[in-house]
Amino acid sequence: MKSTLRNIFHSPRFMVGFIIFMVMVLTVLIYPYFITRDPLVSLGKGFLEPGTYFSIYDANNASTYRMELPEATMNRLETSLPLADRQLILDFLKAKGADLSDLDTSNDKVGELIEAWTANYDEADVKASKYEGFTTQAKRRALARLNTKLSSSASSDVMTITRGDGEEATTSSISDTDYARVDQVANAITLPLGTDNFGRDTLTELVKATGVSLIIGLIAGSIATLLGLLVGLLAGYIGGIVDDILMFIANIFTVIPGFVLLILIYYSVGQESRGVVTCAVVIGLTSWVWTARSVRSQVISLRNRDHVNLSKLSGHSLFRIVTTDILPYIASYVVMAFILQVSSGILAEAQLSLLGLGPKTTDVPTLGLMMNWAKLFGAYTSSNAWWAYFPVILVIALTSFSLNLMNTGLDQVFNPTLRD
Amino acid sequence: MKIDEKTNQAPVDNRESVTFGTDRNKDFSKEPLCLSGKDVTRIFQTGKTTTTAVDHVNFEFHKGELISIVGESGSGKTTLSKMLLGLLEPSSGEIFYRGEPRDISTGAKKRQYWKGIQAIFQDPFSSYNVFHKIDNVLLDCINMRGGRNLSKDEKFAMMTEACSFVNLKFAELTNKYPFELSGGQMQRLMIARIFLLKPEILLADEPTSMIDACSRATILDMLLNLRNETGMTVIFITHDIGLAYYISDSIYIMEHGKFVESGKAEEVILNPKAPYTKRLISDVPKIHEPWDLSTVG
Repeated sequence: MKSTLRNIFHSPRFMVGFIIFMVMVLTVLIYPYFITRDPLVSLGKGFLEPGTYFSIYDANNASTYRMELPEATMNRLETSLPLADRQLILDFLKAKGADLSDLDTSNDKVGELIEAWTANYDEADVKASKYEGFTTQAKRRALARLNTKLSSSASSDVMTITRGDGEEATTSSISDTDYARVDQVANAITLPLGTDNFGRDTLTELVKATGVSLIIGLIAGSIATLLGLLVGLLAGYIGGIVDDILMFIANIFTVIPGFVLLILIYYSVGQESRGVVTCAVVIGLTSWVWTARSVRSQVISLRNRDHVNLSKLSGHSLFRIVTTDILPYIASYVVMAFILQVSSGILAEAQLSLLGLGPKTTDVPTLGLMMNWAKLFGAYTSSNAWWAYFPVILVIALTSFSLNLMNTGLDQVFNPTLRD
Repeated sequence: MKIDEKTNQAPVDNRESVTFGTDRNKDFSKEPLCLSGKDVTRIFQTGKTTTTAVDHVNFEFHKGELISIVGESGSGKTTLSKMLLGLLEPSSGEIFYRGEPRDISTGAKKRQYWKGIQAIFQDPFSSYNVFHKIDNVLLDCINMRGGRNLSKDEKFAMMTEACSFVNLKFAELTNKYPFELSGGQMQRLMIARIFLLKPEILLADEPTSMIDACSRATILDMLLNLRNETGMTVIFITHDIGLAYYISDSIYIMEHGKFVESGKAEEVILNPKAPYTKRLISDVPKIHEPWDLSTVG
């Protein structure tokens, strides 16, 4: 027993899988102690990109510090000059016949681009329609607007903020050298994975969803393994008519595709009564068949072994023979089957939820529900919000990967012919 | 009694020098019937193919007799032994226990039957549950003989006695797992188990075939000692006709599920009638003589 455990923990595959899995489990357990926020509370509106957000209102009230960063102006330009404007500058320079080598629209070339603009722009020439492609009034005005924008952002000006109204109004001014420290701003939030379509913090939601999905997997896997083990042991050991009846039932479940069965059951249960546990139980009740079949075949090969015969001759009861002479011999196999059942339970929930047949959406998130929301609100298409679905896919893949890796690791330990 | 050296020799040549484990002249047919069978048949069916492993065999085993069932691999010996043990139901025919039709329809009746018949299996390495300490095997026997309420010391004394009968020291074996023992030790412990149980009938299914020649002699010796001590009926299943000749009172020769010849050991071996028996006898390799392979079919 000890040496088996040592072998298991010396198997590199098992250990990699185990570490990935434990990291996920620990994250799920520890994260809520640091971020106590309800994972389903809406923080904003729609998909917000990952990043740190702080209240501009509160930033005004925070103490100000004077700083003069050398690259401040350039940074401002970089963020305020959209790609379309940079392209416009390039087009204009081309029409004027200026030297375009080593100029493009990337961020680090913005400075040179603006320098080239100030050097070449001549308002009178533009008004006289001297440049090809910039002869219409609309185009000429676009150039004039751009010029105004560039010259204004380059100069340092002062912003005035008015509070209150009428006579009571007070004004304060902010210059471009005023800074606030982020942790002094009353309301600031870091969203490492942005928000989903409902404006919920994706990371918090994802951690909670991983936990819920793991629970679904564990419940479904336990039910499937216990049921499969019971059916397999009885069918395999007793044989005869018991075997025929149990295998008939198992065959019915094999013939009907499990997933179709799941969809039908989930649909008939109805969205409102589909809690997490209900979903897990239904998945467990439809996926015991292959465990039962494989346990049965293992038991059949064991039941004629001499040690079982000897146990019978010693007058042991059926229950005792099954639990002491058969079960320990297939225990390693059952553990492996359980790991695969957990993995497939998590995947089944994700598939069903993606189809909109998952647990009810008001209680807790699950990995499948997050995928479903991302799909419904166009995260992969119109919104292009990768943060709302890609981390979810990654977690599903990692869970499945780590569990399967643990399984192959165990297989190598228990099945010496598979060792490299 | 030394058997190991003699099993490899031609039985016919050395018959005067053999020390028999039992009184050869005793007529067991006058003893009460212990186990008998009428048209016992077992058919295995997989899909459309049927295999008749045991085909209408009749036998009469008397109390105290040592019977050998001899046959090559696949002749149905083990299937017959499983039916005798009640681990397998005959497809047709009937087995009589003490002259009455055997009734093992319920668990309790089976347990009662197994108090009277016990077995030693061929492979000692697979006869033990590897997850249990060997003490459990012996404790089960004590419990089965109604010794459940004995004190720990009494149980220990019984186990020690049983082990010393087979030249094992229980104090050295206790708390060990089966895989820590050698094959010979394991098989000796199986005999110790029988010593504790003292059944009426012992079925030994090739108990020495997985054991090296040295341990084999010891084990056979112990088995025969146990038989002499308890007077139990022994059904010895083997493929080794030479060995069967030395130890048995009666021999049943089995070919393709049928008994082709049976009778007292002397008669069967010294005057074989069935061609299969002749072949089995000539197949025994003899020292100082070229091996006659002409009869190998």
